[in-house]
Amino acid sequence: MYNRILIANRGEIALRIIRACKEMGIETVAVFSEGDRGSAYLDLADQAFCVGPAKSAESYLKIDRIISAAEVGGAEAIHPGYGFLSENSRFNEICRDCEIDFIGPSPQSMDQLGDKNQARDLARAAGVPVVPGSDGLIEDDSEAIRVANEIGYPVLIKATAGGGGKGMRVAESENELITALQQARTEAGAAFGNSAVYLEKYIGTPRHVEVQILADHQGNVVHLWDRDCSTQRRHQKLIEESPSPTISQDTRNAMCEAAVRMIKNAEYFNAGTVEFIVDTNDNFYFIEVNARIQVEHPVTELVTGIDLIKSQIQIASGETLAFQQSDIPLIGCAIECRLNAEDPDNGFRPCPGLIEKLFVPGGPGVRFDSHAHAGYRVPPYYDSMIGKLLVHQPTREQAIEKMLRALWELRIEGIKTTASFHSKVLRLKEFHNATIDTKFVERTMSEWL
Amino acid sequence: MSNENASDVKVFDVDTIRKFVELMNEHELTEVDLQQSDQKIRLCKKDLVAAPVAQYAAQPAPAAAPAAAVSDTPAADSANISVVTSPMVGTFYSRPKPESPNYVKVGDSVSAETVVCLLEAMKTFNELNAGVSGKIVEILVNNEDAVDVNKPLFKIDTSQ
Repeated sequence: MYNRILIANRGEIALRIIRACKEMGIETVAVFSEGDRGSAYLDLADQAFCVGPAKSAESYLKIDRIISAAEVGGAEAIHPGYGFLSENSRFNEICRDCEIDFIGPSPQSMDQLGDKNQARDLARAAGVPVVPGSDGLIEDDSEAIRVANEIGYPVLIKATAGGGGKGMRVAESENELITALQQARTEAGAAFGNSAVYLEKYIGTPRHVEVQILADHQGNVVHLWDRDCSTQRRHQKLIEESPSPTISQDTRNAMCEAAVRMIKNAEYFNAGTVEFIVDTNDNFYFIEVNARIQVEHPVTELVTGIDLIKSQIQIASGETLAFQQSDIPLIGCAIECRLNAEDPDNGFRPCPGLIEKLFVPGGPGVRFDSHAHAGYRVPPYYDSMIGKLLVHQPTREQAIEKMLRALWELRIEGIKTTASFHSKVLRLKEFHNATIDTKFVERTMSEWL
Repeated sequence: MSNENASDVKVFDVDTIRKFVELMNEHELTEVDLQQSDQKIRLCKKDLVAAPVAQYAAQPAPAAAPAAAVSDTPAADSANISVVTSPMVGTFYSRPKPESPNYVKVGDSVSAETVVCLLEAMKTFNELNAGVSGKIVEILVNNEDAVDVNKPLFKIDTSQ
């Protein structure tokens, strides 16, 4: 087991990893930018190094400085968290070249799964349903037209190097297709330096359901059931829950087994999430693999009782999975609300600034993962999430009630947060009836926000 | 601060605020927070531009803090002192080889190009230049210390 780990991240996930390490008797090395200097959670690490000015590109993304901090701090492994360098295969390789373990998959499987088109190929080879679409990248417009006619409109144009919803366009008909192709290519080229695109059938009211997996270096793969992340705004998840309230147990089993097949075929190890979209007939289609730990991992921790961060560290250090598939329960229902420093009454405008007062909800069945505290100044340089509020109850109805109570109890002064937005969503009949698709919030927000 | 706000200020007027900003610059302070009875002022310097902000407490302040925050701060260096900071994360070496003498010692005169130390990271050694000319007045780290970005290493008196 490692003696010391460097955490190449910040904020709530850095705190999460520090907590796991503390419980495992592993010393921690934190890194911080000038924008995070003085943050309270840094005091919980055994060492902390400044890696540059506030801008991420000059600090948290500076591979040489992160590696130097690991060397100077004497860390044997690096946990990359999510975002930043967590899916950067070059960073992964450099760690290994420097004889520092990267807590995650191999650079090769990270590359393979990070390329969405290759990932689709892998899925097909593993007998995992994919959204009907082009066999590969679209070479020219005439091919696009042919493929679109085969799969049927509307079609979705997606960038192979894409993420965060960029390089995507919907075309409802052949008339729109060529223009949409051009726009998608241009956007993708600008955002990712790669304008290659492929086509998929556009699923009208999709639910986003994903499967958590863990795999050790010995080839053992397990799933930890599903999470439903359909409550989104602009492709950003807002509320996640487990189990998904929209799919049957048969569909659940099939999706989880498909996810395990996919991961085994990709020779992937450590934690990962296989994402699917599900249509209104319970047909599920593979979308992509997130080759890292995710923001919403606590949802799964609550319903299974398994500490995913500890599992990641154990796997990376060479340990075999401590449990088999039959050991992994799915108990009750867990819901997570992502609290962002944004003003939902003003177009979700970011609200960085000083938190003057913070009263944190608690009591049975409530978990709050956050690095924020009264007196903490939310910096403007990073994403706006300041905490994750979770509940776990025997039934979904009870979980919704518990979350409403916890959101009511949360008091923050000095900044605005999305807490009021979450309360409103959780009161909607569509949320109770689980009919929310990924476009629901944007489509109906003006009626109930 | 706009002029119409200035005319509403009873205790803190523009001249006083200007003095505070000058004091901030002189003592290299980035933030000053002052309170007198029910009025507060916070001056925050962001990047290189001082952006004065006046705030008024809605209720009477619980305890009036003395408006002497500026002089309560730890003794700051005079304007002639330039601090050489580390641009990277690594190990500080005060000499080129273990058996060599140190690059510089307190009292040495340096020019901007003078190599004052080595910073090692990932098995590569980088020479750090003084960046300014003057006299070394203080060395803030020891040989083989771990340093990170912006860690102060040397104080140089540029007036000498």
